[in-house]
Amino acid sequence: MNPPTYQTEEDLPEAPIAIVSSETIHTASWRTFRPVIHNEKCTKCNVCWKFCPDAAIAFDAQGYPVIRLDYCKGCQICAEECKPKAIEMVKEE
Amino acid sequence: MPELVISGNYAQSYAAKLARIQVASAYPITPQTAIVEKLAEFVASGELNAQFIKVESEHSALQACISAAALGARTYTATSSQGLLLMHELLHWAAGARTPVVMGVVNRAVAPPWSIWTDHTDTIAQRDTGWIQFYGESNQEVLDTTIMAFRLAEHPQVRLPVMVTEDAFYLSHTVEPVDIPTQAQVDSFLPKRDLADTLQIGTAMRMGSFTGPDLYMEFRHKVAKAMERAAPVFAEIEEDYRAITGRDHGGPLPTYRVDDADAVLVTMGTATTTAKGVVDELRAQGKRVGLAKLRMFRPFPQEELRRLATSTDRIGVLDRSFTFGAAGPAYTEVAGALYDASHKPQVRDFVAGLGGRDITPATIEEVFSHLLRGEGSEVTWVGLKRREGVATHG
Repeated sequence: MNPPTYQTEEDLPEAPIAIVSSETIHTASWRTFRPVIHNEKCTKCNVCWKFCPDAAIAFDAQGYPVIRLDYCKGCQICAEECKPKAIEMVKEE
Repeated sequence: MPELVISGNYAQSYAAKLARIQVASAYPITPQTAIVEKLAEFVASGELNAQFIKVESEHSALQACISAAALGARTYTATSSQGLLLMHELLHWAAGARTPVVMGVVNRAVAPPWSIWTDHTDTIAQRDTGWIQFYGESNQEVLDTTIMAFRLAEHPQVRLPVMVTEDAFYLSHTVEPVDIPTQAQVDSFLPKRDLADTLQIGTAMRMGSFTGPDLYMEFRHKVAKAMERAAPVFAEIEEDYRAITGRDHGGPLPTYRVDDADAVLVTMGTATTTAKGVVDELRAQGKRVGLAKLRMFRPFPQEELRRLATSTDRIGVLDRSFTFGAAGPAYTEVAGALYDASHKPQVRDFVAGLGGRDITPATIEEVFSHLLRGEGSEVTWVGLKRREGVATHG
């Protein structure tokens, strides 16, 4: 479902109730460091996925983790927890 | 039903039962406990078909009510003092999420020092949470206002939570004759809740989730407008209630003998009844005094106060709580409401009855005597015990 476009008070529902998934709200604009995954070092252990506090990690067809950059706030927990050091934090431009 | 001789606490319980609440959740605290004990009895005996959700704290009690109300249930809780303070975060939630929870609050002083007696600090401290607030003077008024509170809270133009307060012990544990409306009367007054603005079972929905700076203000403005609409909506509701039961309690700011009054005292809660007696005595002595009861504190009855101010030169405000670093909260609101009034009476604050100290006829006489002389400081603590030679006021 497409997110409704709210511009003014009149567009909003009376109560703050939404019928669309919170996935429609992108919450990553304040990220300073972006995690970059180096698949050659990744063991597919899924620890990054378990620790991500924002459910911002998905998997590709081969089972490698993929960062969902619309939601990742750059907290670096995945990089900290990654035992083979397969996640590099790169400063955003 | 016939007239029953019941406490203010039971007046709350009977009102919630007559409103056919579907969910009650509460945590016991003196002097509120009897309200929910009675409700639990009603549920246990089958007289009331409701879920009574037992919880481990007031915070959870209100959360249970908010969640049930968000799904369309009619909900009720009750608390007092420290329990209300523990609910504070959820008070904001209930209003912001527009869940029409109704709550009975027994006004009790806030610790420390520990106290179980009456004082309005607990509910006054919640005035900015977006709850509509009524202060009760009698058990009958508590019962009637609580029934009306459900219709006000659920009104499509309002949809805000409502608290109905009663002074600890003066009402909570004092029995008075109370006329109980019949179930048929209440049913005809209070329709079932409509399910607009509620979560729907089977549909994925979110309530109160993340909103950025681009639209947060607009949601707050909606609450502000709903609170404004609550005043005219309540006037209609009380008119309907009067048509069905033959009773009303005079709107947000009922007045007593204010025509031609040189001085009017603004009161809240049970001190009002005492003050009415003093008004009668002073009138018999030829002193032109009157009274206005601040029954509704939110929304604040600004217009009614401005009308009252046109006919008197002195207004005293009896505050049963105090805002440290400022003045009595009712005083600051009254004075603020009159700043832009065409006629500005002198306004004076009298702080009295904190922590359950009796507000006696002598207390009120002293207040009127000060007020009529027009002397002294803006704020006076009445009856303060201080060493001889130290001023007893100011």
